[in-house]
Amino acid sequence: MLSLCLATAAAAAPKLKAGVFEPPYPAPEFALQGSDGAELKLARYRGKLVLLVFGFTNCPEVCPTTLATLAQARKGLGPESAAVQVVYVTVDPERDNAARIKSYLAAFDASFIGGTAKPDTLAGVRKHYGVVATKLAHPAGDPSGYGMNHSTSVYLIDREGRLRAMMPYGREAKDFVHDLKLLLAAK
Amino acid sequence: MKRGLKFLAAAAGLLVVGALAWAALAPIEASSRDELFEIPAGTYARRMAGDKIEILPDTIRLTLGLKDTLLLKNLDAVPQVFGPVLIMPGQSFRLPFEVASTYSFACTAHASGQMSVIVAPRPAPGWTTLSWRLQHLRKSVQ
Repeated sequence: MLSLCLATAAAAAPKLKAGVFEPPYPAPEFALQGSDGAELKLARYRGKLVLLVFGFTNCPEVCPTTLATLAQARKGLGPESAAVQVVYVTVDPERDNAARIKSYLAAFDASFIGGTAKPDTLAGVRKHYGVVATKLAHPAGDPSGYGMNHSTSVYLIDREGRLRAMMPYGREAKDFVHDLKLLLAAK
Repeated sequence: MKRGLKFLAAAAGLLVVGALAWAALAPIEASSRDELFEIPAGTYARRMAGDKIEILPDTIRLTLGLKDTLLLKNLDAVPQVFGPVLIMPGQSFRLPFEVASTYSFACTAHASGQMSVIVAPRPAPGWTTLSWRLQHLRKSVQ
């Protein structure tokens, strides 16, 4: 009877638009140099929802699109946006120092926090999330030097620090608002 | 005798036309919208032993409203990169799609480094529905 009730409740529960991990496990922790000058750890944001993004500030398309979408989603949440933290981890520590990341993120939303570290440390973080990042050589003479091919999804980490879901690239701000509201309402 | 044969042929023809009309116009219903892929137990050990194991194709085709949710399960004893995600042992990852499009994911499990999910619109009644049913009939027979 109990299992029937649980199954019925699960079927009736609104579903996330993101891909959902079941069961959810603790999101892998990291310790990076934060764009605000402090150490950047997920534990700092326990009690908030964290939207974790991997990218680089020279990214021509994916990162600007994703960060603009997340900024729009935070606006769409209204006062509830105070409970949501965007964390942007660079995949290009060679060019992205904390100051550069800070000014880059401020163009989207001043509340966004970025992180960098030594290449080995960042590679370890990526491995724990299954994130891919590879350097792409640009043609000789190209002033941008090189590009990065990287995973484009956004990870949703709940208030207890569990990795709950992953939103693929290209989803609209309203999809994030939908899922963030559900996760904020969850006990 | 000849009249009986004619009647039988006409009845068979009617039956075929009726079946085709049903297949083209009746709404398609799916028992589950999940397109399931599983990493079986022992996959890591087999890979370490040199076996080449391909579980996820580099292109997955889904259909809105019918099979529009990608469900990945890791039944192995170690974490596995499965398509675009790292999945813990015993964990599943369920990704629904609501818009017909082609989605590309970076994926180290494929030689190309990419995995595509092509989501087609729900078949409209008529030729598209008939074609969808025939394709699935052929798949289930193979």
